[in-house]
Order: sequence, then C-alpha cells, then structure tokens
Amino acid sequence: MPIRSSQDLVLVRQAVRTWSAELKFSLVEQTKMVTAASELARNTLDYGKGGQVTLAVVQEGIRRGLRLSFEDQGPGIPDVELAMRDGYTSGGGMGLGLGGARRLVNEFDIVSKVGEGTRVTVTRWK
Amino acid sequence: MERIPILRMGKVLLVTIQVDMHDQLAVTLQDDLTSKIVETGARGVLIDISSLEVVDSFIGRILGNIANMSRVLDAQTVVVGMQPAVAITLVELGMSLPGIRTALNVEKGMALLQASMEADEAELEVPDASLED
Repeated sequence: MPIRSSQDLVLVRQAVRTWSAELKFSLVEQTKMVTAASELARNTLDYGKGGQVTLAVVQEGIRRGLRLSFEDQGPGIPDVELAMRDGYTSGGGMGLGLGGARRLVNEFDIVSKVGEGTRVTVTRWK
Repeated sequence: MERIPILRMGKVLLVTIQVDMHDQLAVTLQDDLTSKIVETGARGVLIDISSLEVVDSFIGRILGNIANMSRVLDAQTVVVGMQPAVAITLVELGMSLPGIRTALNVEKGMALLQASMEADEAELEVPDASLED
C-alpha cells in the first residue's frame, strides 16, 4: 500500500485493523498493532518523504502473526540508536513514534542507510 | 472542506469525534475550537472520543494542544469516553496526556466542567468579600 498523504494513513490503519481482526487478535492487540502502524506510517510520510507498507500474515510453527514492512527512499536515519530514544525528535513530533511503536509489537527491526532510505519491519504474534 | 462539528451547550462547547481522523482534520479541529472559544466566550470544552478506535501520538499531541490553548483562553478541556484498549495502548506507547483532564463519559465530564466553572466563579467573588471587611 502506498503512503503518500495523511489520508493514506487512515487507509493503512483500516487495513491493519481488518487483517488483525481476521487473525483473531484481541481488541487490545488490534489497537496496539494499528497504533504502531499509524506511528510508523507517519514516519514514512513525514521523514521518509513517502513510501509504502507491505502487510503479510506469517506463520512460525503453530503460531501466526501479522508482519508490516514500512519502506521509504528518503534521507535515512544517521543515528538509529538516537532516533529510537524516547523524547528524541528531528521533526515536530513528541519523539514517541519509533520507541513507542517498538513497545507495541513483539518484534521490531530497523535498517536505515543515509541517502538511500529506511525499512522498519514489525511483527505481532497471536 | 471536511470538518468535525462543534456544538454549543450554554458555556460549554461539545465535540464528538466520530470518524477516523486524518492528521489535517485534527489540525483543523484544533484551529476551529480555539476560534470558537473566543467567538462564544465558552468556559469549557468537552471532547468525546468514544468512537475513536486509535489514538496515536499525533492525535494525543493535538488533544494536549487543545487543552493548553483552551486554558490560555480561560476555558477548561475534558476528554471523555476513551476506550479501554486505547488507554492501554496509549500508556504502553509512552503517552500519559499531561495537562489533559479526563472523565469516564459525557455525563461525568459535564459534571466535572460544571464544578470547575462554579469553583472559578466562587473564587472571583472572594476578593470582593475581603474588601468589605
């Protein structure tokens, strides 16, 4: 799904809600995953100058989960560790986006190259 | 342009958010509310978020902004009706909504606003009384 405008954030939230519901996530789990998606999609839009998100159902043994991969071809993050810290922001936000999203999911992975872009992958298991 | 309606009930402005807000809509609400407080001389703002399924850090920040701006304009803000799942998620996200007063539902929120508006008025009467002594 493309992330090009603030209207797209709404569509991403709705898609993640639908997929989480289909995976039988509890209401709290759904809300956490949708909120994490909203934070990361906004980062993609605001800092990555737009990009896309890929949704996938993943299976590991008997457990299933939802994996979201946010990619942009923006300026990249020079210091990922710093960007993950709560309260740190390079824009006008509250600095809760990355660190907050990490707390809302089970697995969190970020790869960023300056000048090439950023990819954040998160997974939540049922 | 798409807008969230603001209703006036006496000295209180009532906002019920019933759509999945995109960021621009939230910013527009913030602007509309501050203008409306000035226009109507409202002393209280009640925001019902019971239909909101997601409150992320952006929406949280907007709610905080609204509370701060209304305070500067001599009005109180109470946010009511937050869903339990939203409250759990907000805390885990790391947001505690500092400066925002909350109540369980519209009725309790109205009572809270009423009480604080009465308290404000009582406070204003105190200096007069002391002058008479």
